[in-house]
Amino acid sequence: MTAETPDGGVDRREFLKDLLGACGAATPVLWFGAVCVPELAAQGEGGEYDPEDHLYGMGIDVAKCIGCARCVVACKTENDVPEEEHFFNTWIERYVIREDDEVEVVSPNGGIDGFPPIQDEGTVRRTFFVPKLCNHCEAAPCVQVCPVGATFRTEDGVVLVDEDYCIGCRYCIQACPYGARYMHPEKHVAGKCTFCYHRLVKGKVPACVEVCPTQARVFGEVEKRATPLARFMRFNDVQVLKAHLNTRPRVFYGNLDGEVR
Amino acid sequence: MQGYIYPNEFELQWSLLVVLYPYLTGLVAGAFILASLERVFNVKEVQPTYRLSLLTALAFLIVAPLPLLAHLGHPERSFEIFMTPNSQSAMAMFGFVYAWYLAVVLLLEIWFDYRREMVLWAQSSDGWKRWMYYVLTLGSTDLSEKALKFDDSAGRWITIIGIPSAFLLHGYVGFIFGSVKANPWWSSVLMPVVFLFSAMVSGIALVLVLYVVTTMFRWRKVDMKCLDKLAQFLFYALVVDFSLEALDFIHRLYESEESIEILRQLIESRLFISLIVLQVVMGTLVPLVSLALVSPGLRKGGILKTPPRKGGILKTPPELRQLIYIVAAVLIQIGIFSIRWNVVIGGQLFSKSLRGLTVYKVELLGIEGLVTTMALLFLPFVILWVLVKVLPPWSDGPAQENSPTAGGIPQH
Repeated sequence: MTAETPDGGVDRREFLKDLLGACGAATPVLWFGAVCVPELAAQGEGGEYDPEDHLYGMGIDVAKCIGCARCVVACKTENDVPEEEHFFNTWIERYVIREDDEVEVVSPNGGIDGFPPIQDEGTVRRTFFVPKLCNHCEAAPCVQVCPVGATFRTEDGVVLVDEDYCIGCRYCIQACPYGARYMHPEKHVAGKCTFCYHRLVKGKVPACVEVCPTQARVFGEVEKRATPLARFMRFNDVQVLKAHLNTRPRVFYGNLDGEVR
Repeated sequence: MQGYIYPNEFELQWSLLVVLYPYLTGLVAGAFILASLERVFNVKEVQPTYRLSLLTALAFLIVAPLPLLAHLGHPERSFEIFMTPNSQSAMAMFGFVYAWYLAVVLLLEIWFDYRREMVLWAQSSDGWKRWMYYVLTLGSTDLSEKALKFDDSAGRWITIIGIPSAFLLHGYVGFIFGSVKANPWWSSVLMPVVFLFSAMVSGIALVLVLYVVTTMFRWRKVDMKCLDKLAQFLFYALVVDFSLEALDFIHRLYESEESIEILRQLIESRLFISLIVLQVVMGTLVPLVSLALVSPGLRKGGILKTPPRKGGILKTPPELRQLIYIVAAVLIQIGIFSIRWNVVIGGQLFSKSLRGLTVYKVELLGIEGLVTTMALLFLPFVILWVLVKVLPPWSDGPAQENSPTAGGIPQH
C-alpha cells in the first residue's frame, strides 16, 4: 500500500519500493515472454508429436523488417542450405519505389552481403524490405505436379520434399510461382524451406523466426486463437503473395506493398 | 542478367535436352498422323510414305525419353513414375502415355502391317535372318486369306485408335507446359493444340525429306504425286499451326495482363532471332509462301484459284518443285525446333517476379550439352536405318505387288 504525503502525493521512498516490488512480480512474466513464447506447444498429452493437432503458418510484418538478413544466415546454417549465392530457402528483397513509379528490387546474395546504398535518395517515394520463403501453400502447385509424389504437404500444413524419393525432374521448381525452390547441387533433389520441421516437432519455432531481432516474423498455429500468429492476423491487414493464382499461401504478410510480387 | 530475378532463378532448370524432348515426340506424332492419312482417310497418293512414316515414328519414339532420362537428377529413380505415380501430376502420365503409344499403337500396327512379309521373308531367307523374321512373326505364320484380312482390319482399327493416341502423346506434352500457371509464357489453353499442329507440320516435313532422300539413294524415281500431296498437307497443317500461334499472340497482346511488359522485353531482347527470324519468318512464312506458290495440289483443292495449267501458281518443273519442297521442309524443321526452344528456354528466361530477364548459355560438353543433344538427334536416324534394313518399307521394288496390306515384297 503506498503511503500518501500530507499534500496528497505519493511518498518517493514508498513509490520506489512499490516499483521494485512490481518489477519483481513481473520478472516471471517477462521471463516467460522472452523464453517461452517462441516455443510451440508441440507436445501432445503423451509427449508424442501429433501433426493432426497443428496447422502452421507464418506472419511477416514488412514494416518491421530491417533487412539484416540474420534469418537468411540462420536458415542456411540450420538447414544445410548450399553456401553458394543462388540457393535460398529464405531471402530478403529490398524494394525502392521512386516518385516516377519506377520500382527497383535487389537481393544481393539473398541479403547476406548487405544492401547497396540507395542512389538519388531525393526521388524515393517508398522503400522497404520483404522477407521471402516458401509459402507452404494449401493448394501447392509443386505438390500437384510432382510426378512421383516426393513433394507432399504434411498434416500440419508444411510442404516437404522426400529426398530419398525425388527423381530430380525439376517440374516443381517450374511450378512454384514464388521462386522458392532450387535444385540442390549435391543431393540432386529439389530443395526448399521446411519451416524447420525438425524444430517444429520438438516444439521450437523455425530458425529464421527465432533469430529475427525485430520480430518481423511470427510463427504459429493458423487455426488456434491464442497464438502469436492468430494475434498477428487479428491486428494486421494481412495479404498473401500472388493471390490471383489461388495457391492459398500460409505465409501472411502485414503492411505489404502492392508492388511486391 | 537484366532487372531483378529471384535468387533461386539464376540457374535454368530445363536445358537443351528438354527442348529436344517435345521436338522428338512431335516428330513421332506427326509421322504417325501422316501414316493415318493413307490408312484411315484413304489419301492414296501418300501410300509410298506409309510404312516409312511408321518406322520413323518408332525410331523417334524409342529415343524420345532418353533426353528426359539424361536430364533427371536421379535417373535411377525414374521407374517410380510407373510404380507410384502421383495421380494429380500431368507428368506422372508420361510413362503410361508413352507405353500405350509404343506398345499398343506403334508396335502392334507395324507388326500387323508387316506380318505377311515377315512370314514370307522367314521362308525365303536362311541362317540367322530366317530365325530373326520367324521370331518377329511371334510364331503366327498363317497366310490364309482370312488371316490376311484380319491383319488388315486390325491394322486399320489400331490406326483409328492411334490417331487420338498420337494427339494424346503430343497434346499431353503441350499440357505439361500449358498447365503451369506460375509461368505466364507457358500457361495457355492453346498450348496442347499448338503443340499438336506443330507436331503434324514437323512430322510431315521430316517424312517428306526422308522419302526423297531414301528414294534418291535407292536410285528410284520420286513419286511426284505423292510429294505434291505431302506438300499440300504440309501447307494445310502449317496454316492451322501459324493461325493458332498468331491467335495466341494476339490474345496475349489484347489482354495485356501483368506479364505483358516482361514478355515484350523477352521477345525483343532474348528471343528475337529464335522467334521472329527463325520461327516466324524462316520457319513459317517463307515455307508457306513457297508451298503456296508451287504446290499444284492447292490449285486443284481450290485454295488458290488460278487458270488451269500444270503446276501451282508458278509453273514449275518437278525437279525444281522437289527442290523447293525439300528446302521448305528443312526450313520448317528449323522453325519447329525454334518453337520448342522458344517455349522451353524462352519460358525460363524471365523471372517469375516479372521484373527481370536471365540468360541461357548452352554448354558444349557435359551430359546436358550440345554434343549430347546432337548425338540424341542423330540416334533416331541410326535406329531408322536399322529398322529399314530389317523391315524394308519400300513398295516400288521390281517385285512390287498390290497387297491388301498396302505394302509389297521388297527385293532381296
